[in-house]
Amino acid sequence: MEWMYMYMPIAGVDIFWPGLVLIGFSVGVIGGFFGMGGAWMVTPGLNILGFPMAFAIGTDISHIAGKSMISTIRHSKFGNVDYKLGLVMVVGTVIGIECGAQIVMWLERIGRVGSVVRWVYVVVLLLIATMVFVDYWKATRKKKAGIVGEHGAEGITWYRTLHKIKIPPIMHFETAGITCSAWLPIMVSFLTGVLAGFLGIGGGLLRMPALVYLIGCPTHVAVGTDLFEVMISGLYGTFTFGAKGRIEIWAVFVMLAGAAIGAQIGTVATKYAKGYGIRVAFGLAVVACMFSIILKQFKYEIPATVLILGAVGLICLYIVVIMVKGAAKELREKKEAERLAA
Amino acid sequence: MKTTYRRALLLICSMWLLLPETLWAAGGKAEMLVVVADTRRVSSSITLYFLDLYNTSPVGFGILCVILTALLGSSLGVITDFFMRRTGIDLKSRKLVEH
Repeated sequence: MEWMYMYMPIAGVDIFWPGLVLIGFSVGVIGGFFGMGGAWMVTPGLNILGFPMAFAIGTDISHIAGKSMISTIRHSKFGNVDYKLGLVMVVGTVIGIECGAQIVMWLERIGRVGSVVRWVYVVVLLLIATMVFVDYWKATRKKKAGIVGEHGAEGITWYRTLHKIKIPPIMHFETAGITCSAWLPIMVSFLTGVLAGFLGIGGGLLRMPALVYLIGCPTHVAVGTDLFEVMISGLYGTFTFGAKGRIEIWAVFVMLAGAAIGAQIGTVATKYAKGYGIRVAFGLAVVACMFSIILKQFKYEIPATVLILGAVGLICLYIVVIMVKGAAKELREKKEAERLAA
Repeated sequence: MKTTYRRALLLICSMWLLLPETLWAAGGKAEMLVVVADTRRVSSSITLYFLDLYNTSPVGFGILCVILTALLGSSLGVITDFFMRRTGIDLKSRKLVEH
């Protein structure tokens, strides 16, 4: 079984490489489907495989950059990436993350950073999950009542109110199909950036629902556009962490091999999923993340890791099933159409 | 128009320079890690080159990581895309249905 272990020359450890491929694959599937980096899923996995924590974060960021690139290429071909919106949002995200990091430094000075950050994280995740499920419940009720819009029934429509704010310059985002004040995406990305900086996360978990509920992107476009932003930030993260000697580049290569296949599956699965299917599964992932943080707060490290990896496995399976079922149906219908034409 | 263009270019350039320091502030400042990669167990010349670069030029290693990640990400994206197209699935269009 020695061949199943690969020597990581920088970290100086032997790692079970099929585990790295599996992590890459799972996070590729989930990230491509939800439009996020997924650092909260990768780090516990790398840790279990025996990766020293000093290298886990940097390796994780570098892998996320490569994986997001693969997903962005595919989403772009589907027409799911609004580059203009993504670039406008980068401005707010950068400034916001810096402000969030400054708040953390202030909390560090007064010695209360650990628990405050964790509990704020829990509250934010709880709010996101509640919002997603309330939205689903409202949309289902509207659908039953026959109130259906251009893309189907919609639950929460806060973005309509926000679109009424007409502070110049007004911008049109063609792929997302929205026209609004440029200040709306800048302010939304600033606020999600502040939260991301404060919580010490990449921010995909916050940006994706913000793009849907506050900016008014269709779910599929929100997923693609968010991945584009994750890609940009991931590449810079790769440089920063690489220059500080925190990336085990061989592990990144191995993980990307799995992520390449996973990202294709996750991205193509969005074609067969309705917007609300993505939103509800996303809500469940957020709930799993929230409970793992609560467990960590009470020092239950092993149950927290088991919960995260269990949730990742189940969600991954759900997405693969969607993709396989959808593709099989499409190919069957295509064959049937060809047979009728002949 | 020219002034607006210049101002926009200046803003983009400043953002570009600020990005590396600010964007990953979220993960906490990554302090310089003094780890020397052990070259004794390695025989491949490519691996030795990487390890030497890691040991001698951190910035060079950072740049190489970015180039390799971007190259590998884009080439794997193109390769897997090629195989995905072979399945016969329509990969150019999708319906936007929310519910």
